[in-house]
Amino acid sequence: MYEQIARNKRKTIFIILGTLIFVGALGYLFGLLLNVGIAGLIIALLIAAAMSFYSYRYGDRLVLRAARARPVTHEEEPRLHNIVEGLALAAGLPKPAIYVVPEKAPNAFATGRDPEHSSIAVTQGLLDTMNRVELEGVIGHEMSHIRDRDMLLGTIVATLVGSVVLIAEFMLRWFWWGGGGMFGGRGRDREGGEGFAILAVVGLLLAILAPIIAQVIKLAVSRRREYLADAEGAMLTRYPPGLAGALRKIATDATPMRVANNATAHLWLNQPSRIHGEQNHWFENLFSTHPPIQDRIRILEEM
Amino acid sequence: MLVVLAIVLGLVVLVLLYGVVTYNRLVRLRVRAENAWSQIDVQLRRRYDLIPNLVQSVKGYAEHERELFEEVAQLRTQAQSASGVQAQAQAENQLTQGINRLIAVAERYPDLKASQNFLALQEELTGTESKIAYARQFYNDTVQALNTLIQSFPSRIVANLAGFTPREFFEIEEPARGPVSVQF
Repeated sequence: MYEQIARNKRKTIFIILGTLIFVGALGYLFGLLLNVGIAGLIIALLIAAAMSFYSYRYGDRLVLRAARARPVTHEEEPRLHNIVEGLALAAGLPKPAIYVVPEKAPNAFATGRDPEHSSIAVTQGLLDTMNRVELEGVIGHEMSHIRDRDMLLGTIVATLVGSVVLIAEFMLRWFWWGGGGMFGGRGRDREGGEGFAILAVVGLLLAILAPIIAQVIKLAVSRRREYLADAEGAMLTRYPPGLAGALRKIATDATPMRVANNATAHLWLNQPSRIHGEQNHWFENLFSTHPPIQDRIRILEEM
Repeated sequence: MLVVLAIVLGLVVLVLLYGVVTYNRLVRLRVRAENAWSQIDVQLRRRYDLIPNLVQSVKGYAEHERELFEEVAQLRTQAQSASGVQAQAQAENQLTQGINRLIAVAERYPDLKASQNFLALQEELTGTESKIAYARQFYNDTVQALNTLIQSFPSRIVANLAGFTPREFFEIEEPARGPVSVQF
């Protein structure tokens, strides 16, 4: 378990570093093409950071509202409250606010900008189908997301991805409006000649591909964090079969989720509203927010 | 000459820096261990509060078990007045056994077992017991980190100078896991 946790953390750092280099390279190329130096990159980063900060600061309320989550008291859901309180003790964190989502499909998510402002929401379906140990496994997973500040990490990744998208957008527009002039011979600084043309072609290709690459990276981070939360959640409960059992039940449950949408898919314990059961094709895996559930169960069972 | 002086000075600064960092880590762990202990205490108290309710509700059905009621009450007082980590753990273990016997008695009365009041009480007891276990886990993890730092070289020098002593682990019996045992 310990080494799994360490490996997952290492991989996250690698992915983030890779993204940073990618953003830097893209910004540099953008600067070269437009002759604006590094300013373009900085502006794009600032805009993306401002947008992400807003969602970081106020996102939890939006997400809870979008899921139609309702706060529940200890009297209404004593078992859930006791379990959340127990795992908060195990993690040494304050007790998060507790919400229930009126959905038949078993699922759960955690949100909030830091452990002091965190919330855990579970669906009614989860409460109905899981026994105590399974519910503890699920809550342990969510508690790990809170302790690791995955919401913050998500914000950082979203900022990077956002700036890539912004730069790519700028570049495409520039090719459309100003760039054409360059090929037509009206460009101001054409000292590069052929070299510049190659650069421009590479830039155009990147402008088209970059947003897709950025999305893939973002999803890779998301999947890595799910594995990490699984391992750490098992660490908290000291009982991996609990979460494994819960995931097995979720895997066999075919109830679609009504509140599922792409904007919040990455938050849930398991990707909501799978259309056709399993996803094992590498291409599908590349574009999913969560690792294949069978893999997660297998890893938990090996612990 | 100047070079040697610079090296010596540099080493002294490094050692001092290490001392400060280690001291702060020790303090942080000690504070965390104290907090963790008070969290255990909160949950233990919560359990003491639940016991009279449990005794009351079983009493209504099993009047003749007077001896058991008295024993549990006595174990509860004992646990409440226990001092020191080890004595506390021992008293809590005995109390847990007493509570389990009470619940076993309650199991014999289907009416009691099915009553809303008793079910709620049982959930609170189970919940509190697992909270005790989780708080204990966090406490013991913290104590382990603290003790390792106090005992391993070179941090033990800092710990000795600042008067840090290893803390005791809180060893209580884990509530059994698994769906079967949860149903009692």
